[in-house]
Amino acid sequence: MSSLSLSRSQALTALREQIHRLEQGRTACPPAPLAFGAGALAALPGGGLARGALHEILGSDGAAHGFAAWLAARLAEDGRPVLWCRRGRDLYGPGLAALGLDPARLILARAGSDVDVLWAMEEGLRSGCLAAVLGEAEKASPTAARRLQLAAEASGVTGLLLRSGAETSSCPAVTRWRVAATASGVDRYGSPRPRWRLELLRCRHGLPASWIVERSDDATGHLVVVADLLDRPAAPAAGEVARLRRTG
Amino acid sequence: MAAVRGGQRIVAADAAARAGGVFPGMPLTDARATLPALFTVEADPDGDLRALETLALWCGRYSPWTTIDAPEPHGSAGILVDASGCAHLFGGEAALLEDIVGRLRTWGVASRAALAETPGAAWAVARFGNRGTVAVVPPGGLTAALAPLPVRALRLETALADDLERVGLRRISDLTNVPRAPLATRFGQALADRLDLVLGRTAEPVSPRRPVAVLRTRATFPEPIADPADIAAATRRLLDEVAVHLADGHQGARRLELVAYRSDGTLAEIVVGTARPTRDPKHLDRLFAEKLPALDAGFGIDTLALGVLVAEPLVPLQRDLASGRAAPEDDAGRLVDRLGARLGPERVLRLQARASHIPERACRAVSAFALKSLPEMAIPGPRQPRPVRLLPTPEAIEVIAPVPDHPPVLFRWRRTSYEVARAEGPERIAPEWWLEGAPAPEQGVRDYFRVEDKAGRRYWLYREGVYLPGVFPRWYLHGFFA
Repeated sequence: MSSLSLSRSQALTALREQIHRLEQGRTACPPAPLAFGAGALAALPGGGLARGALHEILGSDGAAHGFAAWLAARLAEDGRPVLWCRRGRDLYGPGLAALGLDPARLILARAGSDVDVLWAMEEGLRSGCLAAVLGEAEKASPTAARRLQLAAEASGVTGLLLRSGAETSSCPAVTRWRVAATASGVDRYGSPRPRWRLELLRCRHGLPASWIVERSDDATGHLVVVADLLDRPAAPAAGEVARLRRTG
Repeated sequence: MAAVRGGQRIVAADAAARAGGVFPGMPLTDARATLPALFTVEADPDGDLRALETLALWCGRYSPWTTIDAPEPHGSAGILVDASGCAHLFGGEAALLEDIVGRLRTWGVASRAALAETPGAAWAVARFGNRGTVAVVPPGGLTAALAPLPVRALRLETALADDLERVGLRRISDLTNVPRAPLATRFGQALADRLDLVLGRTAEPVSPRRPVAVLRTRATFPEPIADPADIAAATRRLLDEVAVHLADGHQGARRLELVAYRSDGTLAEIVVGTARPTRDPKHLDRLFAEKLPALDAGFGIDTLALGVLVAEPLVPLQRDLASGRAAPEDDAGRLVDRLGARLGPERVLRLQARASHIPERACRAVSAFALKSLPEMAIPGPRQPRPVRLLPTPEAIEVIAPVPDHPPVLFRWRRTSYEVARAEGPERIAPEWWLEGAPAPEQGVRDYFRVEDKAGRRYWLYREGVYLPGVFPRWYLHGFFA
């Protein structure tokens, strides 16, 4: 049974990859996804965040910026620069450094409008020399987002679009997250440890899920899942289905 | 005409008026009597000066070393062009002058032009020579050309010129033929100096009106062009040409300007800056393409000049043999250039660390174009947690704190109340008392608290000043934690 399901899932994965390549009109393998560490956020297909794609992050408080900066820091581990396009002027270097994002590697583009933010993001995604491009826009039309997604696919640069506006129904991004702060935990010495509530709202070839995470205090800075939230959608694993069938 | 010394006088007269016997300096009533059909307008010295400046800028199409001659009361304004090494581009010196005078004539500007080895001699020949509107003084012919001219052609002060004429020294040849030392003793050093300048014994540099490019190429069109596609194509050709010259000198451009000389004598310019020296024509073309739509062609552009204003050494690029791509930091530099071309150089920033305990001073955003090279310094990770976003100026909040020295239980920011669920602190940051203008330690000291509201959002608050009984402490919100 298990060997059968394994071979079936392997076949499915192979087929998915083939379709993906046909969709993109190229034969090269997509770059390896970004692993979140600890296998905690395994709901993503391929075991991590797809590189060379656009990801959408909803949220407007410090947690959303923190999560985006943390992702950018992971993506920039190879030493390439990161472009951050936004309208505000309040990003703070020491705070970003604490999340692992080296401020010396950061290029800030202070745009005057959402249109300029999206234009700067597209320029960054097309240039191909960056590790990641972050952009903050209140609104992004599906067309603009689609352009970003295509630019990201073509260059292999990962795009992160932070949106503070209302959730829109359609966005061509590969994943959509909602990030919010949540009550801190306490470490073994009694000092608070900040936590984020991550909701994976949409994921191409994957299922929505949500977690409460905190950053591990070791050098890796990985995210550690504190709790799988109970209000996740019902998505029983293959084994559970089989068990149910047997009992039934 | 203008009101001069209590009467209306003629300031300048055109050729037809002169032919009719009207000359500058004449009282208006006399002029009207001499020539009843005289048409006069009020003199506008400021307008004249502006028009002259425009013409001087337009003359930049002939040579970058162009300036206006200080205008004088009797309308003998002029433009000085240092045409050294430029004349061959226009088919010789005489052709150059013909071109200038001819173009000016089409706009209704009467002009006389002279070319000589020194600016002073050209000035003298243009105004006092009798060889027509265009005169070229051949090399070595300076003394001969100047000899028959009156001493006023030396541009002397009126009183000095009058003195010279009174003693019978009427022509320049009279001055060059007498010994220099007695002349200087009798009429002052100014006369001797002036003679030296005009005769080229001492140098008189022309200081240009516009920044002079290190390297310059130009394209002149037989017909004025106005189509954006034509302008873009011409720009591309000029960039290719400049790139070759830059490569020859192992230089890269940091600042370039494109000057469009319109057919009506005005000009428009575009300046483009780069974060790193570059000489890749494709890259520079993209930078110009961002700005070319803003170039107003007016009635058509007859000359485009591309100048490199600032160049820096640039060694030939080492390219990756396998992929043919340039180094990644080079690509990043190009991206910065493109962003800067559209958003403005002051809007493309890099973060720079500074040695300061004051949070808002510890990190500064500087224009990526202001940095000489990519910044190497990393901002050291602080031992104390720091927010991911810091307000440029702390914002005042209202708080309720049970004990003055304690963190608040409730604060109000931008008309919204936040209930504090937990707080950490204080972290005391004292002002930099060793700097001039810093507040006194007991007033400027800040006690920072990290507080978390009921929803889990984390803020950085501080109380200003040490607690004193009877003094209401002020609280500020300064940042947001991840």
